[in-house]
This record gives sequence, structure tokens and C-alpha cells, in this order.
Amino acid sequence: MNMSTDALKDLLYRIADDALIIAHRNSEWTGLGPIIEEDIAFSSIAQDKMGHALALYTLLHELGEPVPDIAAFMRNESQYRCCHLAEYPIGEYDFSLIRHLLFDLAEQVRYRLLENSTYEPLAKLARKLRGEIRYHVFHAHSFVVKLAANGTEESKARMQSALNECYPLALGIFEPSRYEAELAASGVFAGESELQRQWHEELAAICEKADIDIPTDSTPSYGGRYGSHTEHLQPLLDEMTEVFRLETAADW
Amino acid sequence: MQHIISLDPRVTREHIPAEFDTLLTPKGELDQLQSYEVFQQGKSGGRYTHVGSVRASTPEIALVFAKEIYGRRGPTFGLWVVQTDNIHPLAPADIDVFETASSADKDYREVVAYARVRDKIETFKKSEQSA
Repeated sequence: MNMSTDALKDLLYRIADDALIIAHRNSEWTGLGPIIEEDIAFSSIAQDKMGHALALYTLLHELGEPVPDIAAFMRNESQYRCCHLAEYPIGEYDFSLIRHLLFDLAEQVRYRLLENSTYEPLAKLARKLRGEIRYHVFHAHSFVVKLAANGTEESKARMQSALNECYPLALGIFEPSRYEAELAASGVFAGESELQRQWHEELAAICEKADIDIPTDSTPSYGGRYGSHTEHLQPLLDEMTEVFRLETAADW
Repeated sequence: MQHIISLDPRVTREHIPAEFDTLLTPKGELDQLQSYEVFQQGKSGGRYTHVGSVRASTPEIALVFAKEIYGRRGPTFGLWVVQTDNIHPLAPADIDVFETASSADKDYREVVAYARVRDKIETFKKSEQSA
């Protein structure tokens, strides 16, 4: 591996911040899930994501970044590298469910590509998280197919309209970084466009099963990867960091 | 043949008085989740143990729920879900069929009768010695 640490840090912050922010968003359903079984499953998935974020911030710390708690809670909004999809409020369950599918499918493909990364700590983590992410996608996939293809007219219409709403946001996951060539050449990561290609292929197969259509003329919601966020991120950060900021030296 | 309606306490704990029946309109098929019993295999090659129940619309979704609710606290090597309707219990009224096995004059039919055989042998040996 021969590359700058900046390229690696940028990649890690994207994945870590995505995991942290989606974890926080999904955890907002705790206690409000449609039935208790789903409440537990969805909360548990959110907790898994929080664990992924911690593992990634730990890798960043080993590269000289602050300790995980400081990296997670003490940066300014413009320093976060998450995509817009993760920031959006939970909306109704249809929105959260389709977001969960689009996001987790992208995560699954990304980690699969990273399993062979020349940056061994990340490759090792990718292999370790495989089972958890497989479950997350299985969960999302089961629900979307059931509600869209084997539900009622209303549930199908809701799946389609949530997909229409989420899709441009999801394309923002793949916003190219300024290090694409460097990351690919060094064998660390195949790149956002390869990720998007594989993601789209797998999404198309799921949507065919679910009998819903992927929107064709969507403008990707870019900016998140360079610190330009929607109006939804700052309120989330205020809430998420409220307790931590009261006493940053406290030992939890 | 008897059926278990559900082993889910949310379903079974409330005994709704008969006079309220008219207030309950039956749900449409898609609004009514099925009850599933969950069996988990905690050891590789080990037996499956009943661990609880979930309510879900399909067996696949029942497995999605069961994995997270019953499989996340310890090692799991296998998981089954079985629709509760497919379990055929012995009727509570027939439970007296076990009475003969547990009657006092037939304790040789029970495992517990053999649990303290060694003690009995020791006691016997001592009584032989002191005799």
C-alpha cells in the first residue's frame, strides 16, 4: 500500500460518519416501532451501526485522529462526511424502511469490496462485520418485498413513493472523493463508481422481486462528503451531543 | 384436536369476557399477524429448545424477528419457527394420564428413584459391618 493518509482518513470518515448518523436516526424509532418485534429488531440494527462507527473511529484514532468519543461528538457540522440520506429525519416507517434498504445494501457492497483492501485493518473489519450487515439487508429486503409485492395497494404505493423520495438521496452515497484514483491505484478501495454500479445491479434485482420501479431521472444529492449538509444534520448533532458536551471529561 | 392459540403472553394473558365479543370485529387477513413459536439450537448438533414466540406476517419475517429477539444474547447454531397452529398439545383435561407414573408405589419408574442408589448401598454396607 502506497498512498497518503489523507485519502485513507477521508474514506474512513465517510463510512464512520454514515454509520454514526444512521445509527442515531434509526434509534429514534426505539419505543415507536410498528410492533414490538420490529421495534427490537430495528433498534438492535441501530445499535450494530453504532458499533461499526466505533470500530471505524478507532481505526482513525490509530491514524492520529482524536479518540472515538471526541471524533464522534466534538466536530463541527462541516467536518462530518456523512451523506444526505443518513441525515434525513425518520419520516414515516415507509421512508425509514426504504432508506434502510438503500443504505444497508450500499454498505454491504462497500464492505464486500473492502474485504480485499490492501489496508489490512479495514479488510479485517470488513470481514468481521459481514454477518451483521447480511442480517441488516435480509431484514430490509424481507420487509420491502413483503410490503411492496405481497401487501396491500396502500403498502405498495408507499414503498414506491418512499423509493422515489430516497433514491436521489441514496445516489449521494456515491459522491466521488478527491482521492478516487489514489485509493484505487493503491488497492485500498475500488471506488465509489464501482460501488454504485454493483449496488444498482443488486437493487434492481430486489426491486424486480418487489415489483417497484427505480426512478430513472434523479439528480444525486451531493455535498455531504465535502461537509455541505442538509438543514437536518445540525439539529441531530445538537441532540446527539447534548449530554456529552455537558461534561466532556466524564468517564462513561 | 386441540390447538394452542398462542404462547405469547400478550395474547394469552387477557381473558376477554364473553359479553365483549361483539365489540371485536375480526381483522382482515393482511391485518392479522400469525403467531410463531421459536426454537433455537444453542450448541452445534444440539437439540432445538423452545425459547419463545413472535408474531409476524410470513415465516421469513418470523425468522427475521426471531434472530434478533432470541438469537442475539448467546451463540446460535440454528433457528426454527413453527406456526403456533401447527402444534398439537395434549388437552389439559387429559393431563391425568401421567398420574400412574408418579404414584408412590411405582417410584422405580422414575429417574429420581435411582439418583441416590449409591447412598443406599453405602448405608447397607455400614449396616452389614455393624451387624
